Amino acid sequence: MTAVGQVRATSTEAWAAARRLLDGLPDGRGLNIAHEAVDRHVLHGDGVRTALRVIAPDGGLTEVSYAELAGLTSAFAHALDGLGVAPGEVVFSLLGRGVDTYVTALGTLKHTSVFSPLFTAFGPEPIRQRLTLGHGRVLVTTTGLYRRRVEPMREELPELAHVLLVDAAPGEVAGTLSLPELLARSERTYDIPATDPETPALLHFTSGTTGTPKGALHVHEAVVAHHATASYALGLGRDDVFWCTADPGWVTGTSYGIVAPLTHGSTVVCDSGEFAPRRWYSILQDQHVTVWYTAPTALRMLMRAGAGLLEGYDLSALRHIASVGEPLNPEVVEWGQETFHRPVLDNWWQTETGAIMISNRADVPVRPGSMGMPIPGVEAGVLARGEDGRVLVDDCEVAELGPGGTGELALRPGWPSMFRTYLGEQERYERCFVGGWYLTGDLVRRDEDGWFWFVGRGDDVIKSAGHLIGPFEVESALMEHPAVAEAGVIGKPDPVAGEVVKAFVTLKDGYEPTEELRLELVAFGRRRLGSVAPRELVFDPHLPHTRSGKVMRRLLKARELGLPEGDLSTLERES
Amino acid sequence: MTITREQARDVVERAVRRIVPDADVASVGDDADLRAAFELDSLDFLSFVELLATETGVRIDEDDYPELTTATGCTDLLVRRAG
Repeated sequence: MTAVGQVRATSTEAWAAARRLLDGLPDGRGLNIAHEAVDRHVLHGDGVRTALRVIAPDGGLTEVSYAELAGLTSAFAHALDGLGVAPGEVVFSLLGRGVDTYVTALGTLKHTSVFSPLFTAFGPEPIRQRLTLGHGRVLVTTTGLYRRRVEPMREELPELAHVLLVDAAPGEVAGTLSLPELLARSERTYDIPATDPETPALLHFTSGTTGTPKGALHVHEAVVAHHATASYALGLGRDDVFWCTADPGWVTGTSYGIVAPLTHGSTVVCDSGEFAPRRWYSILQDQHVTVWYTAPTALRMLMRAGAGLLEGYDLSALRHIASVGEPLNPEVVEWGQETFHRPVLDNWWQTETGAIMISNRADVPVRPGSMGMPIPGVEAGVLARGEDGRVLVDDCEVAELGPGGTGELALRPGWPSMFRTYLGEQERYERCFVGGWYLTGDLVRRDEDGWFWFVGRGDDVIKSAGHLIGPFEVESALMEHPAVAEAGVIGKPDPVAGEVVKAFVTLKDGYEPTEELRLELVAFGRRRLGSVAPRELVFDPHLPHTRSGKVMRRLLKARELGLPEGDLSTLERES
Repeated sequence: MTITREQARDVVERAVRRIVPDADVASVGDDADLRAAFELDSLDFLSFVELLATETGVRIDEDDYPELTTATGCTDLLVRRAG
């Protein structure tokens, strides 16, 4: 057997072994995420164990056992049946952190419908676009979010048949139903239908450089990777108290905020309150959190608040800290070691991979700034790029770079949580695969010992507070303002968020670049886009263009960074 | 440097409007939760606190954040510290 053949055989065996750690549906009826996350624990006699500890903004604690969660998710699945929702149809959530998010996600999966979470800080435009692209049949949200973000555009969403409000009484809000009432009159047991592991389960939207957001579709088999990576990269087991601080509106909030820890039978901490350093340290202490999965932006905000703040807190239960979303800068790694007396373990993955692919691990000393090494079952390579920045393809063949070379991070397809398509855009999906590799869009190098180091994005996508933001989406929204002729949007380096969205705007003839208009555009962006709106906006009557007439975002970024405009390769290394 | 309540209140309003230019601070009332009323995320809130500090020269620490929930709380803190 060749070396490559051996690696693949090992990958196949690694995932087969990971699959054996799960139960599957009784009587060999397939594999369903909700069964692995909830029902199987009840069957094993663990129904009384605590699945969720939800902390209210005022500090109040609600505990939900695995048996209660099984009952609520069954009731949700019955409610979908009652509404005539079919398997495979998409149920969206627009919810913050709380029990309802878990019930919606896992109840939808029991029903074999598809769960798609939205970020509550999105403005109306990103919400409308995703509900439309995902053919959303059901939306679960709160009265407040519905009134502000959805009700005004409900007529533009003809496919959205049902809106379920988690906090409304029956008949309280026109055009909606009361979820508590639907649950109250539904049975608490539900026979999950036979679920082929390739059944669509999760739809996560992500952003590219151009075009509309992409709906990455994952299947029930993804749970094999959620489960295995949580034990390998997060050290998670049955007796852990786990806190994933990611918002439920993004992929991490589903893969590791909901699915992975519950498949292990862990207790999941869920904080409904806003970020505040003392609040977070109190939660770590009072809930005896043992495994904490967070993000560089949060760690940098804690670092700014000062280590003195931690005095008097007992974090002795904490044994594993991991971080994801963007590269962890070495200063934060060092601060984490000094502050928590243990390393913060960085890992890498993205919406399309569905689960952690490359990770540091607890039993190997950290190399500050490195994302770690591929987890068992994952084969990663660094591919050479041509002058246009794309992976070099010669007669369907690509070239793998050796140690030290910077190229595009690529993965061998075949891991269970790999996305199966971009919803409705099969061709866009197929373009992600070249020469037998999945191309991630991230630039990396690998050192001689096989550790991977993040270098930058291979495209113009902005990464702010760990969230991917598509510049095109922001530019399009700004251009809907009558004064805007053209906009170019980039990520401006920021010490806390990594990058913040900055817009350069050219005005139409007849409009003056006044401070009043500038502020109006900032407000316009926030109203339409919510938290992905530009935080900085300047006028620029001379946006740089390519020959084909597109705004050259890279040049805007070079100017912003004060780099020589001709040297774009430098820009890539700096970004 | 001392500042009056009116000046402090004005600083608070300007800081909110630097982040959310169309914010109608008067309409939500001085005891409304600013983060909730104007949908400020944690990065916005950090900018808001920095604006309060740079405009007045007042040092603001993490332990002061709970007091900065409302316009009244912000005003109280700025007047007390600047004085």
